[in-house]
Amino acid sequence: MAILSKEEAKKILEKVVGFSKADGIEANLNGNDGGNIRYARNSVSTSGEDSNVSLNVQSYVGKKVGSASINEFDDASLEKVVRRAEELSRLAPENSEFMEPLPQQTYGVESKTFIESTANITPDYRAQAAADSILPASKKDITAAGFLEDSRGFSSLMNSKGAFAYNKTTGVDFTVTMRSNDGTGSGWVARNFNDVSKLNTAEASAIAMEKALQSRNAKAIEPGKYTVILEPNAAADLLGLMLFAMNARQADEGRSFLSKKGGGTKLGEKIVDERVNIYTDPWNEEVPTGNWAGNGLPRKKMDLIKNGSVANMIYDRYWASLKNAEPTPFPGNRIMEGGTASIEDMIKDTKKGVLVTRFWYIRAVDPQTLLYTGLTRDGTFYIENGKIKHPIKNFRFNESPVIMLNNLETLGKQLRVASGGGPGGGGSSLIPAMKIRDFTFSSLSDAV
Amino acid sequence: MKRRDFIYLSGLGAAASMLPGIPLMGNPIDPSRALETVDVALKKQLADVALNAARSKGATYTDVRIGRYLNQFVVTREDKVQNIVNTESYGMGIRVIANGSWGFAAIDKMDKDNIAKAAEQAVAIAKENARLLTEPVRLAPQKGYGEVSWKAPIEKNSFQVPIKEKVDLLLSVNDAAMKAGADYINSILFMVNEQKYFASTDGSYIDQDVHRIWPAFFATKIDKTTGKFETRNSLSAPMGMGYEYLYARPQDKIAGVTTLYKGRYDMLEDAKAAGAQAGEKLKAKSVEPGKYDLILDPSHLWLTIHESTGHPTELDRVLGYEANFAGTSFLTLDKWASKNFQYGSKLVNIVADKTQVGSLGAVGYDDEGVGCGQWDIVKEGILVNYQTIRDQAHMLGLTASQGCCYADNWSSVQFQRMPNISLQPGKEKRSIDDIIKGVEKGIYIIGDGSFSIDQQRYNFQFGGQLYYEIKNGKIVGMLRDVAYQANTKEFWNSCTAIADQSDYRLGGSFFDGKGQPSQSSAVSHGSSTARFNGVNVINTGRTI
Repeated sequence: MAILSKEEAKKILEKVVGFSKADGIEANLNGNDGGNIRYARNSVSTSGEDSNVSLNVQSYVGKKVGSASINEFDDASLEKVVRRAEELSRLAPENSEFMEPLPQQTYGVESKTFIESTANITPDYRAQAAADSILPASKKDITAAGFLEDSRGFSSLMNSKGAFAYNKTTGVDFTVTMRSNDGTGSGWVARNFNDVSKLNTAEASAIAMEKALQSRNAKAIEPGKYTVILEPNAAADLLGLMLFAMNARQADEGRSFLSKKGGGTKLGEKIVDERVNIYTDPWNEEVPTGNWAGNGLPRKKMDLIKNGSVANMIYDRYWASLKNAEPTPFPGNRIMEGGTASIEDMIKDTKKGVLVTRFWYIRAVDPQTLLYTGLTRDGTFYIENGKIKHPIKNFRFNESPVIMLNNLETLGKQLRVASGGGPGGGGSSLIPAMKIRDFTFSSLSDAV
Repeated sequence: MKRRDFIYLSGLGAAASMLPGIPLMGNPIDPSRALETVDVALKKQLADVALNAARSKGATYTDVRIGRYLNQFVVTREDKVQNIVNTESYGMGIRVIANGSWGFAAIDKMDKDNIAKAAEQAVAIAKENARLLTEPVRLAPQKGYGEVSWKAPIEKNSFQVPIKEKVDLLLSVNDAAMKAGADYINSILFMVNEQKYFASTDGSYIDQDVHRIWPAFFATKIDKTTGKFETRNSLSAPMGMGYEYLYARPQDKIAGVTTLYKGRYDMLEDAKAAGAQAGEKLKAKSVEPGKYDLILDPSHLWLTIHESTGHPTELDRVLGYEANFAGTSFLTLDKWASKNFQYGSKLVNIVADKTQVGSLGAVGYDDEGVGCGQWDIVKEGILVNYQTIRDQAHMLGLTASQGCCYADNWSSVQFQRMPNISLQPGKEKRSIDDIIKGVEKGIYIIGDGSFSIDQQRYNFQFGGQLYYEIKNGKIVGMLRDVAYQANTKEFWNSCTAIADQSDYRLGGSFFDGKGQPSQSSAVSHGSSTARFNGVNVINTGRTI
C-alpha cells in the first residue's frame, strides 16, 4: 500500500478535493516504507521495518485554517477527514499570515530519485550488509557499531486551485563507527545514496577500520589556529548550518548573519572567498531531489552563493508577498562546486596542519556571527611537511562557517553526504573536501 | 521523529527556526478528543491477545505497550497566533524474546486479528535476529504487579484549559516583553499527555497517566545602529506537571538580580524582565577571557548535569551500544569497580530518581514493568552506580533492573533512557547571596544557552542567558560573550559550595535524543545554586 503510483494518488486526492465545502482545501498524501538494522559490540542489536500512508488535509475559511489526517482511504473516511478539517477551521483563530494555496504550477522533468533496487531491499540484504561490516572487524581486534536505514516513499499534493504534484523517492543511509579493542582508536564512515547498488558496506567499513587502527595512541598538540583539511562530511556540517540560516525574513528583521548595520541585508554582497559557489539543483545526477517543495512551489536550479556573494535568500510565500519578492521553494539539496585536488594532494601541499574526518556535537554559540562550537571525532591527524605525521587527540573548535569560507585555501573533490534526518529526510548535499587556514581550535579533549 | 513531519508541521511557523527540533508524532485531532480515554478493560483484552499469540508462536517472554500520546502546541509571535496543533498517536508495540533474541513489531490497527499478526511478526523477527546472536538475552527477574495504575499528581489537566486562555496568555506575554523593550518575541506552550498501558508475561497490567508542560519564549532586541542583536530566552523549566505550573504564587519566586522560579512559573513577569534584559545584554561589557569562579544557577546547571553526569553514567553507553551515534563514556566499568574514582569533590552527591514529584521522568513503573525508585550515582564525589535496564543489570552484578527503560512512542522499541539525575543540595544552611559574598573574581550564570560535549563526555562548553560579573563578593554588572570550557572530572572536583535545600529547583529537557532511529525523552535535573572554582572562560565575540 505504501507506494501509490501517480495515478492512484491523483484519484484519491481528486475525491478529497471534491468533498470540500470550505473556501478552499489543500491535501497532502504521503507514504513511506522503511527498514533498518542496527549493530553494536559486533552483534546486531535491533532491526525492523515500518510502513505508513497518511492523508493530511488543510481546509480554510477566510484566514482560518484547520488540519486533520487519516490513514484510511475509502470514500466515507475521505469525506470524514475533510469534514473534520472544516470543523477545526471554524474553531481556529485567524492567521494573518495565511496564504491561499498555489494555482496550477508547471514543474520541470521528474528527477531520478526513485531506484527500483533500493525499493526492493529485504531483511536479508540488511543482515548481509551488517555482516559484511561486523565480520572483518571481529577478525581485526576491532569493534563495529553501525546503522543502515533504507526507505521508499512517495509524496503528492493537490489543492482546490488546481495544483497537483507527485514525486517518489528511495534512499539508503549507512554509518559505521569502528573502535580498536584497546579503546585508543576510532574511525567512522558515512554513505548516502538513492541507489543502493552504489553502497558497499564492506568497502566503507574497511575505511573506518583503517582509521581506527591509524588513530590509536593519539598525541596531544597545543590548541590554537591551524590549517585544516576538512573531509566533505566535516565541511558539510558547518556549511549546512550557514545555508539553513539564509532566511530572508530574519535577515530583513535584523536578526541574522545576513543583516546589515543600519538596516538592510547582505543580499548581493560578497561574504566569503570568491571561489565559493553554492547552489541547489533538483536534477543533479549525484544528489537528485524532488522537482517541487512541500508547499507546491516548483524547484529549479538556484544559486545561493555565487562567486562568494549572497545570490538568494529563502523567502516563504507570506514574506515574499510582503516584500514584493519571488517566493523560494525550500532547497531539497545543496551543491558546492569543488576542485580537482584529492585529500592526498592537499596533504602533500601542507607544511603544518590537521586532517579532520568529522565534527561532532556542533551547537550555535552566537547567531549574529554564526559562531559554532563542536569537536573533532573518529580520526584526527597531524600533518607535517606534506605527510601525515601521527594521530592527534581531538580538539574543540569555536569557528564560524563564514570566517572559515573566507580562509579558504584549496577546494577538493566533491562527495555526496547526508544532510541529516536519514534517507529521504533532510535531503543530501554534494560538498568538496576543503583546506582552510587559521581554523580555531580552542581546547583539547581526551575523548576517543 | 520523522524529520519530514517536523518540517511540515513546524514549517507553518517561523518560530520553528528558533526552537529545538519538535517531535510531532501523531495525527491532528479535535482538541476535545484529548479528554477522552481508552477503557482499561479493553486495553487488558487487547494486550492479552498479543501475549497469547506470541506465547503460542514460541516466545519465552512478551511485553505489550498500548500507548495514546497526546500533544498540544500553541505557537505565537508578537501579536499573532502562528499555529495551534493538537495531535494524537495511538497504537501498540509488542516486544518478545524468542530463541534468546529480541523481536519487536508495532501496529496501529487495534483489532484482535491484526494484533495477533503483529505478535507473530515480532516472534518471527526475534527468530531471524537469533541467527546472528552471540549471547542470549538475560533479563533481570521482575515480579508481576497484577492490575495496578499510576497517575501523575497534577492539579489541572492542561488539555482541559481552553485554547483561548492559552492564546491570551502568550499574546500578553509577547506584549509585556515588547513593551519592556524587545523588538521580536516567539512564544510557545507545549503540553503532553502520555496514556500508557503495559502488560507482560510476568503478570503485570499497568495503566499510567503522565503529564508534561513546557512554556517558553525567545525575545530579541536589535540595535539598528550597530547591527547587533541579542536574545533572552525564558527561565522556565519543562515540568512533569499540569497547567498549575503557570499559576505562580509569591512563595514560588526567588528574588535577586533577576527573579527566579521554583516549582511554579510567572511567564508574564519573566517576559517583562526579558524584554529589558535583552537590551541590557547589548550594552554589557564583553568578558575578559581567563579563569573565574563560576556561580551556576539551577536554571543553567541542569544542562551541565545532564551532559556531564547523566549521559556518561548510562550503562548502555559505557558498554558500547551507542558507539555509532551518541558515543561511549569515560566512566568505564573499571572506574566504578575501583570504588575510589573521584568523579567530583566531597560535596558532590548525585542521585537518580524516577519518583520525584513534578519531574519529567516521574512514573510509577518504567516501560518494561519495573517499579521505579531512586539510587545514588555519585556519593561524596565517588562514582558508585550507573543507570540500567533488565537485560543489562546482570553486567553490573545487579539482581534487579533500576527501571530506566523508556520508548518515546508505542511504535518505538524501548531501551535505556536517563532517569532524573540531580545534584543534592548542600547540607549546611547557605543562600545564593552567601555563595556570592565569598567570591573574589567570578561570574554568576543564569539560564541555559549554547551546549556541546564530546562523545565520551570529557570536554564541554556551555553558555547561558544572563552573565553577571562578581568582584570582591558583589555583583558589579552584566557581561556578554561568555562561555566556559572544562573537563568533566576537573569541573566537578572544583565544586566548593552548594546552596541548601531551600534553593533546590528543577530544570530539564523535553528533547533528549538518543538511539538509531533517534528517540527523544523528557528528563529533569535538580540542583541548588553551586560554586565551581577556577573555570576557564572564553570570549565568544567575533566579527564577520
